[in-house]
Amino acid sequence: MPFIEINGKKIEAEAGSMIIEVADCSNIQIPRFCYHKKLSIAASCRMCLVEVERAPKPLPACATPVTEGMKVWTRSPKALLAQKAVMEFLLINHPLDCPICDQGGECELQDLSMGYGQDASRYTEGKRVVKDKNIGSLIATDLTRCIQCTRCVRFGTEVAGIRELGATGRGECLEIGTFIEQSVSSELSGNMIDLCPVGALTSKPYRFTARGWELKQTPSIAPHDCVGSHIYVHTRRNQVMRVVPRENESINEAWVSDRDRFSYEALYHSDRLTQPKIKLKGEWQTVSWQIALEYIANRLSQIGSQHGANAIGALLSPNATLEEGYLLQKWMRGLGSHSIDHRLRQSDFRHQEGAPLFPGLGLPINELEQQSLVLLVGSDIRKEQPIIGLKLRKMALAGGKALVVNPVDVPFNFDIALKSIVCQGNLVLGLAKIAKALLNQSEIHFAKEAAWLASIEPEAVDIQMANLLRASGKKMIVMGALAASHPAFSQIKALTQLISELSGAKVGILTDGSNSAGAWLSGCIPHRLPGGKSVQGEAGFTIAEMFEKALKAYVLVNVEPHLDCIEGAKARRALEQAEFVVAINTFESPSLQKAVDVWLPLAPFSETSGTLVNTEGQWQSFVAVANPFEESRPGWKILRVLGNVCDIPDFDYETCEDVLAALRLEIGTPELTVIKPFCVDPIEYLANTDEIIRIAPIPLYASDGLVRRAPALQQTKDAGFRGLQINRTLATRLNLVGEAVRVQCEDCVMQLPLLIDEQMPDNTAMIFSGLEDTVSLGGPYSVLKLENI
Amino acid sequence: MTVILSLKAKQSIDAWLLKYPIDQKQSCVIHALKVLQDENGGWLTEGAIEAVAAYLAMPKIAVYEVATFYSMFELQPIGKHKISVCTNIACLLNNGDKIVQHLKKRLNIEWGETTQDGCFTLKEVECLAACDGAPAMQIGQIYYENLTPERIDDILATLEPKEIKDGK
Repeated sequence: MPFIEINGKKIEAEAGSMIIEVADCSNIQIPRFCYHKKLSIAASCRMCLVEVERAPKPLPACATPVTEGMKVWTRSPKALLAQKAVMEFLLINHPLDCPICDQGGECELQDLSMGYGQDASRYTEGKRVVKDKNIGSLIATDLTRCIQCTRCVRFGTEVAGIRELGATGRGECLEIGTFIEQSVSSELSGNMIDLCPVGALTSKPYRFTARGWELKQTPSIAPHDCVGSHIYVHTRRNQVMRVVPRENESINEAWVSDRDRFSYEALYHSDRLTQPKIKLKGEWQTVSWQIALEYIANRLSQIGSQHGANAIGALLSPNATLEEGYLLQKWMRGLGSHSIDHRLRQSDFRHQEGAPLFPGLGLPINELEQQSLVLLVGSDIRKEQPIIGLKLRKMALAGGKALVVNPVDVPFNFDIALKSIVCQGNLVLGLAKIAKALLNQSEIHFAKEAAWLASIEPEAVDIQMANLLRASGKKMIVMGALAASHPAFSQIKALTQLISELSGAKVGILTDGSNSAGAWLSGCIPHRLPGGKSVQGEAGFTIAEMFEKALKAYVLVNVEPHLDCIEGAKARRALEQAEFVVAINTFESPSLQKAVDVWLPLAPFSETSGTLVNTEGQWQSFVAVANPFEESRPGWKILRVLGNVCDIPDFDYETCEDVLAALRLEIGTPELTVIKPFCVDPIEYLANTDEIIRIAPIPLYASDGLVRRAPALQQTKDAGFRGLQINRTLATRLNLVGEAVRVQCEDCVMQLPLLIDEQMPDNTAMIFSGLEDTVSLGGPYSVLKLENI
Repeated sequence: MTVILSLKAKQSIDAWLLKYPIDQKQSCVIHALKVLQDENGGWLTEGAIEAVAAYLAMPKIAVYEVATFYSMFELQPIGKHKISVCTNIACLLNNGDKIVQHLKKRLNIEWGETTQDGCFTLKEVECLAACDGAPAMQIGQIYYENLTPERIDDILATLEPKEIKDGK
């Protein structure tokens, strides 16, 4: 490794690195605008000019590779003169509007002009003006302030993988913009706000609400997906003002998804519960915590003694913390019921006994990009787990192969080597064909499996996939949300397991919410106690059984069942028939007023401490960044007191850390026999009929109650199309001509706008779920009837 | 609306595509834009940019960047004859400013404007690489060098519609 000298200091540098990288590692400051360690080198701003021995002119530190014995001066008279001159050029066209600029106080240009700028401008000519462009509800533009560093353009091209912003025109007329009036639609677009070194791109929801120096910064964990991105929450006077990424090289690097960044907007939504409320004789009454909690204890004990504890069931959001989950199950099990579930979007629970300790990726997130092959099963990865999408893109860019088995031909922002798009949502058939192709090539004899797959004929693409699977080194099968919500999920798991056995690929699953793994660990499943110990005696009801069996009482923790559960309509009906429903929720859902009997205001992630377990199994604790809003309380406190008023023994926790410590103790070192789910039952396939099967993904911005109430996110395209999407072939076959169609699912009929979309395979219709408008239409993979109006 | 490429345009682009590696179709973007501009009377519609993007598998914005970067591409309708006048140093030293003044006065338009009859568009351009013949201008594909106001009158007279020439 070459040694170089910067400002007289001898430094060992990595061969091939640039001067600026070496300086950054050694805490030597070099001013810069266009350089960013995560982006390609543009060397266009020239702010990082430094003096290098024997070089006749100052050289850009970001684009000059180090060589043995190189001597660099970053603050010599020659370097400073060059840096000051560049600064003066940059300020020629930059407006002097810092007092009204949202970037003021946290602006790289402002900071550097303090260091390198002149106190008075020599420039007296007119400045250029650039018209602002409307690029959507998340990013505000003030393009007159742009210094053309092109970080935003490079981010789109290199990281986000969709080239939406570009630099049009040239010379002095160069401007950043989109093609015609188009909004930026990347699920990671907000990162351009952080990257912009000036106030040209600022956050639309946050702008003009606070100044950087008024904010208090607290580290936290993003509460929406199983990645658990590291974030900073910025608060002012006990109010959350914005969320920004916190660098963590092993998880989210320097980025954060738009969902994690902008969901904070919902924290003070008008639906926010402020006080406990109980419904007495059909009238809502605001009551004190004491009264509400005692009322709940009384009603539940009454129902328990009348109908047995089995008549009580509890649903927990997969976003709830580990502590909330632990206390909820402890309370429910103390009452005598094992019916606790967090698997809101799962409908097939066969073989749950053999499941591992918790579902997850099975390897560290940043190892994904080192795979040489990833087979995605039932996943619109960008819209489910934006950060994982980014990792897979990195893998594909590094030459890894991405294979896809999906029920919809969703667009990816990286190259897909091979894809198998199945009709009628039949992922089982799609996987069976790949398994069969592998089985045909296998030297080992799998008699039973061969018998099940006897009638399966692999196609060319399946054989190619099998070949790639066998040939690749590090490989992985990753199941997504469309697989987990499938009515034959257990068979999908069995087949992925078989493919894994035959090819040597690892298997992982990306779960809903930010803490599904934690919910399994803390025992929020009907058949297991904390730490994966089996329930003695009979297991409780799964979520599907809880709705099927129409229980007498339900406890909800941060769940809006009609939107969060896979069978929204069924869930709401079950709640409405129940005698007693307690909702410990952050928001009061207008459409659950009939079902709910007690609302308890729950503090969201920003107002509670807690722990989330991400998909790689990392326990990530965070603290409250603000005091609870009005009368709301952290979930662990509410559940603790509920345990106390119900006289459950050993329920005296003083702090959130106490709860966590108790859980750790109870989990201990889990010993668990994982039963590989292959060798289950014969594989069933949907008959290849003309039935139209509904695919029902959750839109990116309908994934939980917080996101659904975030106004800026709701104005984007990813809030979800409220209609029906089918391909032209199906529309022609059914002779659908109008702009809307009549959709029937069992006994529910509704009219929906029609969108012809060639992403859809034959006999497959997509209607998003998780949206208020289509709740009554039933769940995914149901059979639809379509007619003209 | 995306323009549908004509057979002739496709053939022309395909011929050029052969000159580049198959995974670098974007190398052909300038030629493709030129073909579509010529077919459309000298300017590019949004649909033409979209069509080129689709044909060469490029992001639309990347094609748009190219179309806005080069002064030979027009994004608005222009007159029948585009007069591109050099205002770089060699031409200016040779009385190029007088040429510009004369053109503006005679056509009664400013930079970037088109005469009312739709015959001429006046465009200021950077060096035409004709410094030996400065001052210079380009009309359509033809270069005119060593210009004087009188010579300009003669040149324009040959291009103006007949009615105007006859004074009708």
